[in-house]
Amino acid sequence: MASLSVWRRLVGARVRADWQYRTSFFLFLLSQTVVACMDLAVVVSIFSQVDSLGGWSGVEVALLFGLSGVPFGLADMTISQVETASRHIKAGTFDLFLLRPLPTLLHLSATEFALRRLGRVLQPLVVLLAALVLAPIDWSLETVVLLLTTLLSGTLVFGSVWVVTSSISFWTVESQEVANAFTYGGSLATGYPIDVLGTWLRRILTFLVPLAFVAYFPAARMLGRDEPLGQPSAIAWATPLVAVASVLVARAVWSLAVRHHRSTGS
Amino acid sequence: MTEPVIDVAGLSKSFTVMRKAGRVRRRREQMVAVAGIDLHIERGAMVGYIGPNGAGKSTTIKMLTGILVPTAGRVRVDGLEPSRARTELAKRIGVVFGQRSQLWWDLPLRDSFDLLRHVYRVPAERHAANLQRYADGLDLGPLLDVPVRQLSLGQRMRGELTAALLHDPAILLLDEPTIGLDVISKEAVREFLVAINRDQGTTVLLTTHDLTDVERLCERLLIIDHGILIEDGTVAGITSRYGTERTLVVDLAEPGEPLRIAGAAVTRVEGPRQWLRFRRDEVSASELLTRVTAQVEVRDLSVEEPDIESIVREIYRR
Repeated sequence: MASLSVWRRLVGARVRADWQYRTSFFLFLLSQTVVACMDLAVVVSIFSQVDSLGGWSGVEVALLFGLSGVPFGLADMTISQVETASRHIKAGTFDLFLLRPLPTLLHLSATEFALRRLGRVLQPLVVLLAALVLAPIDWSLETVVLLLTTLLSGTLVFGSVWVVTSSISFWTVESQEVANAFTYGGSLATGYPIDVLGTWLRRILTFLVPLAFVAYFPAARMLGRDEPLGQPSAIAWATPLVAVASVLVARAVWSLAVRHHRSTGS
Repeated sequence: MTEPVIDVAGLSKSFTVMRKAGRVRRRREQMVAVAGIDLHIERGAMVGYIGPNGAGKSTTIKMLTGILVPTAGRVRVDGLEPSRARTELAKRIGVVFGQRSQLWWDLPLRDSFDLLRHVYRVPAERHAANLQRYADGLDLGPLLDVPVRQLSLGQRMRGELTAALLHDPAILLLDEPTIGLDVISKEAVREFLVAINRDQGTTVLLTTHDLTDVERLCERLLIIDHGILIEDGTVAGITSRYGTERTLVVDLAEPGEPLRIAGAAVTRVEGPRQWLRFRRDEVSASELLTRVTAQVEVRDLSVEEPDIESIVREIYRR
């Protein structure tokens, strides 16, 4: 946990440094919040035309939206900095990360931390809280534990997707667009009931990039829906396992990528 | 005899580069940056590492720090294999890249140092004592509260050196530490390095293009070219071995045509003053002077010893 305290200090330094450019900070925070609200506006306008989407009511979709948006925002704040790796590689500054007695990922995450991304967490958090109150959830200890583990697991899954897709840049240097397709695209897809998607896309989101576990299965369980995508609803409890597996894969890919960088040079 | 602190055998590094071959097609090519280096540096030594651009200096330094993984060969730095024990090694070495800052750009210098204390987990008292010592030695006191981006290059470099030393590294690796500095800043950096090496026994390896650095700082000099170590010896030894060419400068009674003297060649004429280059192993200075005075009247004379700069130029040219 000593690493975590170093991370906090480095993040603090970054926030203090950014604070010198306050106006820019607030403008960015504003723009991030506006972007996040646009996503919500899409959902709201869909439900002004129809009553349900793939059998999910408006407030149920809002729950999905929150369950996917909050972890996405948290991962965006803490881990998405990894996508700056390609810029550092091009500029040759990635070397500096290798000169410190710290794990490279932790160092990168702290150095490139951006508090303004808070805007992307706040808005889905409001939606999630509202949905938790309004949706027909049968509250029990299980539901509370499921909610909390889901948020944590979702953050880890999104974070892993970021790490894996950013690792590609160690080979290609330019891969930002590929990465964005999975991260931003993934978050958009998980905000809707997977039932509305085509079969092959469903399979990809369930098994290849396991984003269905981030929001869909847990939300189905919390709402007491049976057989989501033909699976038993207890599949929601596989989410933490999926998260652990994602983290292991991401770790392996990242260290392979860093080692590759070190064998090709800059 | 103790084990060398830097122990390198058969160290090689080649990169795969993509070359254009036709409009779309690209061809993979191997580019050899370092082609088999053997190197042993004793604890407490101060060694200069020079060579033309692209000779392999920085690549070597990067392999010593664990930034790059060698293609072949053995590297041990303070007993560790850099690419495998990167984070452990990071605590024992200090690195300064003249062209890249390791400080926090928008924060005061003091904050950078404080962050490094936590990154390297240096105990508070030791950090305070070290900071005091370096701030005094490098005259940093008044700069500690200035944001790094407002420092001049010379001031920043003093900050970089302090940053690299606060965790008491056994080895200091410097990649062009005096690049872009003015004469006074260069001298301050040199004096500081001499003091660190003398007082703390820190092993120093530095690459440079400024040969005054080498003359002032290093007993031992390594010269690399095309990835191969072509010289490894004392500065004095290399100077005497290569420095066979000297110049006799004579002031004649009156200006005239360039002299024609056996065993010497006139390289420059300025009014009555003429420069005659000769080889020490072919003719002595006094013998040459005899030949000159046989032709013309000489008012004054001096003999110019070769400087390290001209020697290195000669070595690179081969």
